[in-house]
Amino acid sequence: MSAPDLDVRYIARLARLELSDEEVARYQSQLSNVLTFVEALRKVDVSGVEPTAHASPVFNVFRQDVAQASFTPKEALANAPRQANDLFVVTKVVE
Amino acid sequence: MKYLTTIGLEVHVQLKTRSKMFCACAVEYGAGPNAHTCPTCLGLPGALPVMNQHALELTTLTGLMLDCAIAPYCKFDRKNYFYPDMPKNYQISQYDLPICVGGAVPLHDLAYPKDAQKSIATPDKKVGLVRIHLEEDVAKSFHYDTSTGVDFNRAGTPLMEIVTEPEIGSPEEAFAFLSSLRQILLYGGVSDADMEKGQLRCDCNVSVRPEGQAEFGSKIEIKNMNTVSGVRKALAYEVQRQTAELEGGRKLQQETRRWDDASAQTFLMRTKENAHDYRYFPDPDLMPVRTETLVTTARAGMPELPSAKRARFVDQYGVSGYDAAVLADDQDLSAYFEAAAAKAAKPKAIVNWVLNDLLSAVSSAGKGMRECPLPPQALTELVDLIDAGKISGKQGKEVFAEMFGSGKGAATIVKEKGLEQLSDTGTLEALVDQVIAANPKPVADFKAGNPAPLNFLKGQVMKLSKGQANPVVTSEILQRKLTAGEGPGGV
Repeated sequence: MSAPDLDVRYIARLARLELSDEEVARYQSQLSNVLTFVEALRKVDVSGVEPTAHASPVFNVFRQDVAQASFTPKEALANAPRQANDLFVVTKVVE
Repeated sequence: MKYLTTIGLEVHVQLKTRSKMFCACAVEYGAGPNAHTCPTCLGLPGALPVMNQHALELTTLTGLMLDCAIAPYCKFDRKNYFYPDMPKNYQISQYDLPICVGGAVPLHDLAYPKDAQKSIATPDKKVGLVRIHLEEDVAKSFHYDTSTGVDFNRAGTPLMEIVTEPEIGSPEEAFAFLSSLRQILLYGGVSDADMEKGQLRCDCNVSVRPEGQAEFGSKIEIKNMNTVSGVRKALAYEVQRQTAELEGGRKLQQETRRWDDASAQTFLMRTKENAHDYRYFPDPDLMPVRTETLVTTARAGMPELPSAKRARFVDQYGVSGYDAAVLADDQDLSAYFEAAAAKAAKPKAIVNWVLNDLLSAVSSAGKGMRECPLPPQALTELVDLIDAGKISGKQGKEVFAEMFGSGKGAATIVKEKGLEQLSDTGTLEALVDQVIAANPKPVADFKAGNPAPLNFLKGQVMKLSKGQANPVVTSEILQRKLTAGEGPGGV
């Protein structure tokens, strides 16, 4: 069974990972193996099976629209590497 | 060459809930930074989302109001992307199974920009919808010189996305679509839809193609518009820019642009090569939804829609289509009108007072209809006094101003000011007799066939009554007495 096409560099970019050439080669073969296993599933006949997103037949797990106390700004920011004026501060990102 | 414009909109609406979509943090506009956060909306490891039932009900109600099909079954998916406004690196949204499918928004004439209302290309147009789905909003970013600050109050609040078919033909139609949609959302109490507060935002897809070409031109997306007039301006700019590009023999590419209000231009953000790849998949943390009970609840909350209200005002109160539309445009205004018109002898007279005198008085007092100091019953009382001939229309204006300022009832003011018209025929007849006796020359002229002295004589009666004589009744009595000649009660 041949492994499906896999663009490791593209996948890495989507995941914001910087890979060396050596890593690209290594992951290429590892991920191809994983995909080959998944390909095996394609052989199962599912024509009579209803598509389902979840295994257990549980529906409508809701909560009522009631607001409850949450973190104080101080608690929310307790683990922030950088903060100012009660805001999380990150490297500048502008699209 | 002539070019055709095709526009599709993606409208984001903040739902009016007390708590967030997947956690119990409060939804509050204008709170201090990061005042409403918890492990779930901060995306901390291990935190689990639980759906807000009311948010689902409001989305279902929106679907019913917009004539959508409500899917019997829907689910939530993860939309994966990396940006500091979404620290768990995915936004919970709905991909292939949204709550609402299809539907349409009817555009009414007054929803168009004022300067375009006289030249509506496609009256009574309905803009079809593709779908409505529910997702969570993201955090708010503040960009500084070298860093970005992030406030998570908005993160995880329920956000409804309404996607139109590419059926909007002009910037003016896009304007009318947003105004009409906003009105329906307000009617349903689904959202406050205040664009200044970012409660209604929209992405616009616009393309231009030469007339006769079947396939659409390259789709250009303008991101994150937050005023209706901005949408119109940005689209008008884009249509012009794209047409000029095509006329210059250049090709357009699919790309995303940003509108800058200050310079009134759009700027390139990213091209197709850098388009996002969100890798949607079902969110394993959230169980699917069967919508049957949501539909039952939503149906019970269905309001009378703006179009139905307009039609009813015309039918029930005999007001013009235009007046009905102005009234129905504002729920507070239409509620006021109905309260005043319900017991009025002439509802049509009420509408003129409401739309002219009342609206201008309220707005020059710097108030909204909700703070109107004049209760509707007071206006009914005034209009009925005029209608019954107790005071003249001109005096009515005076009384109205006094009522609006002092809050006193119309009858009280009329009494206090001694404005009440003299309509008692006995008293008027005596006055008329007096005038006829005192003016033999004009009376003789009139009897000789000259109608002119009638007004003079009427003026004399008014003078004698200190302006209080009812002009209509006075005329009648005068005419009767002058033409009756030697009849009983005559001269």
